[in-house]
Order: sequence, then structure tokens, then C-alpha cells
Amino acid sequence: MIENKIEEIKDDLEIFDDDLQKYEYIIDLGKSLEPLEEEQKKDENLVQGCTSKVWLICEKKDDKLIFKADSNAAIVKGLVKILLTIYSGLTPNEILQMDKQILQELKLEEIITPNRQSGVQGMIKRINEYAKAFA
Amino acid sequence: MYKKDFPFFKNTNTVYLDNAATTQKPNVVIDKIVEYYTHFCANTHRSNFGDANKATKEFENTRNILKDFINAKDAKQIIFTKGITESLNLIASTYAKKFKTVIISSLEHHSNITPWHMQGRTLNDGLEVVNIKDNLEFDFEHFEELLKVNPNSLVSVTHVSNAFGTKHDIKKIAKLTHKYNSYIMIDAAQSLAHFKVDVQDLDVDFYAMSGHKTYGPTGVGALYIKEELLKELPVYQTGGATINDVNYERSIMLDSPYKFEAGTQNIAGVIGFSQALNYLNNIGIEKVFEIEDELYKYLNSKLEKIPGIILYNNVSNSIASKSFNIENINCEDIGILLDKMHIAVRAGHHCAQPIMKKLNIDGTIRASIAFYNTKDDIDKFIKGLKKAITMLKD
Repeated sequence: MIENKIEEIKDDLEIFDDDLQKYEYIIDLGKSLEPLEEEQKKDENLVQGCTSKVWLICEKKDDKLIFKADSNAAIVKGLVKILLTIYSGLTPNEILQMDKQILQELKLEEIITPNRQSGVQGMIKRINEYAKAFA
Repeated sequence: MYKKDFPFFKNTNTVYLDNAATTQKPNVVIDKIVEYYTHFCANTHRSNFGDANKATKEFENTRNILKDFINAKDAKQIIFTKGITESLNLIASTYAKKFKTVIISSLEHHSNITPWHMQGRTLNDGLEVVNIKDNLEFDFEHFEELLKVNPNSLVSVTHVSNAFGTKHDIKKIAKLTHKYNSYIMIDAAQSLAHFKVDVQDLDVDFYAMSGHKTYGPTGVGALYIKEELLKELPVYQTGGATINDVNYERSIMLDSPYKFEAGTQNIAGVIGFSQALNYLNNIGIEKVFEIEDELYKYLNSKLEKIPGIILYNNVSNSIASKSFNIENINCEDIGILLDKMHIAVRAGHHCAQPIMKKLNIDGTIRASIAFYNTKDDIDKFIKGLKKAITMLKD
């Protein structure tokens, strides 16, 4: 199931010949991200390690974790959407068992800058912290 | 016209507009570095064989060229450092200790903020910051108020803002500084390569310069020190090449500039820097200014027409770097998309977080020009910028 989601995103990204088209796709993904309420964009929800601002919140519904996130940068919003597509709706244990090297899997590291990569890693770290807390 | 002198442009189709971060290097600089390592690699000021003498001669030649370039009185007033950051740190950790207060401007980048914090100076406790006006110009009234309350201070300001390109009137700032028995140090990161600098006319006490922002190698810079301060200035580091005589009881230092240049210097870098200065001299720094001024006005005229653009200062009070934002668009998004279109600009806080916070912004997009840029570069940049805006708009 998770593998299928990752494979689907990978296939979508591989359709595009050049990086600019890939970015166009990522930006469009970001536009479909449901925005957070203004009061949810507070410092305690900020993800460390991102050059742009990313706010991430989590709630547990039944035994699954539902993540919501937002950013002040369009490209990051797209990356957030990708991560939420993968992680949101999983159980804490499913998240903790997942391979952390998702950037390599999606080949995102080939197109995003090192700064942004550490931002994505920061988001994955925070998601895992939530998973540990709820496990 | 000048791009042919720079191998970078033969090997790339990148539109390079990040000259405030570092400049490209002409062939003459690269060739000189290769020549040193290939033909006369030897240490300076120590050995007496032929190659060592040649290395020393070429090293000292740079000092003389730089002396003339900024119109210093004597070559001994030029100290080689790693760059502006080291030059500022040198003064911060030595001479500045005699001053109760250091006054900086709101437009400083981190290199002229963090050294003061490292010396334990904080806002209202040994560090004062001159306000800026809405158009990012220096607030002289506030400056004089600070000097009245804090005479005998050290004033440390940038000549031209790294983040915004705003040009300070250094002559006027220096005059006021000296009126209140204070001393003045200038960060020349964005000035030396762009217009004629005359340290005697400006009447500054210290002038910190960068090699790599002036078409020279990285890891090389210099500090100009006013002649009468040379004896007063304590040594920064000691060791090889700084001493006249040493025994176990005491060390007697050489005179300036050697007492400030401990250890083996970046010899290739210093020698390479001489060629960058020669290259600029051959074109003529006035000509460089003329070319860049025309390009800058062209860049401004194109940017002004972009819908939603936020410009932070105008063409009359700034040079070479244009810093801006686009309404409701993150500056780093634009930087990334421009990169994918092979256009190199800087996007972010430009190592000047306090002024960004003051303006309540995360950062800006900064397009910074050099004389080798062309109107075609600017046209491509504007075209790319418009495309990026279209992609990012909701």
C-alpha cells in the first residue's frame, strides 16, 4: 500500500523531462494542499531545519495519524503534499517501520537543493517524533 | 565584450547575476595562480634562493598595487588577511577593546554584527545601531545623537549594503565620526570592485577589502590601516614571519605590515589578486562604474514594470545590487526556478537577518551585476523572472 503510493509519485515525477516541469508539477501539488488555519501556524508547530517556514500538526483518529501541514513557500508546499500523501493515514508503527531514505526513493534529491533536502528530512523527523509519541 | 576574458562564461550558458556573493575570475588571475604553483612555488620573506625571492617580490607587488588602487600613503598600511570577515574580526578582537561603544548601521551583514557579539557587546550594552530611513538610507540625525551620547566610539559600517546595494555616504559619516573623537572602519565588500575608492579622501581609519569580490581568488583580503594607527594597533596573532628577534625572555615584533601577517600567507591568492587589480586598472575603474551604472539603470527600469514587485530602495541611492520581492511569492521559490532556467541570483536573507526582521520579511531576491554582464543577461533574467512568477501565482 505505502509502496504503491511512493511508486505512484515516482512515476508522476518521472514523466517530466526537465527539472522545471518537475517543479511545475510540485507547485501544482502544493496548490491542492489544504491550508492550515492561521491560529495553527504558531511557532510550536514550526518544523526545524527548513529554510522556508513549515508548520506541521498531527492528530490521532482511531489508530491512525492524520497529518496536516502548510508552508509559506510554494515549492515546499508541494513537497509537503508529497510527504502527507505518503505518511498521513498510517498507524504510528507503520510510520516507525518505514525507510527514512524517502528522498532517495523518490529521487527528489536530484532536483531539490541541499537546504531543501534538510527541510524535507526535518519534516520526516517531526513525523517520526509524532509517531513515537503516539505509538 | 568582457566575458571573453573569463573562462567561466566559455564553459556555461548561465546568466550570472550573483556578483555580490562572488565574482568570476579572469584568465589573467587563474594563469598567475597556475604560474606560481608551476614555476616559482616557494615561501615568502624567509628563504633567499631565486624562486623564494621572486615569490616575495610578487607578493609585495600586490601590496603596492593595492596601495595605489585605494590611494593609501604607504604599502605598510596594507595588511593581507583571509578576507573582510577576518579584517573585521582583527579589529574587533584587538583595537576595538579600547572603545566602550561600537556603532554599526542597520544595514550590516552578519560579518559586522557577530564579531561584536563575540566580544560581549550587545544592543545598548557596548553596541549601538544607527536607524535607517524608509528608503534604506542612513539616518544621520540618529547617528549624531548616538555619537553625542557615546563620543570616543568605534564606528563600523558597510560602504555599500551587501543585502540591498544601498550606498552609504562614507565621507560624511567619517567627518561626523571624527568630530566626536571616534574612529571609523569600513566594510568594502560591495564597493572596491565597483567604483573609485580613495581612503585618504574618505578619511577612514580602517578599510576592509575582499579579493574574491574584486575578481581575485577566494581566501584573500586586506585591511587598510591609517598610518598614525599602525604603531598603536596590537598584534592579532603571532608566530612565524611576524618577529624581529625572539629569545625565551621576550619576542620583538617586526613593524607593520609583517607584524600582522603571522604564518605562511595565501601566497598564490595574494599574487593572483594583483592580476585582478591590474586587470581592473587596465579597463579603468571609472569605466567599470560607467558600464555597471548603465546596466543597473536598465535592470531597474525593467524591474519597475513587473506587476507586484516590491523594491526596497531606488536607483539614486544604490549601486550594482538590486534586492526585491514579489507580492505573495516566497523569494526562495523564485531563486530555485531561476536556477532551473540557468539564471544565478541569490534568494534569502543574504547573511543579514536583523535588517530582514526589521523589514518583516524572510528575505529577498538579489540580482547583482558586474561589468561583464550585458543587457542580454538582464533581458534573460527578466524573462525568467516573469516565467517563475507565472508558475508560482495562485
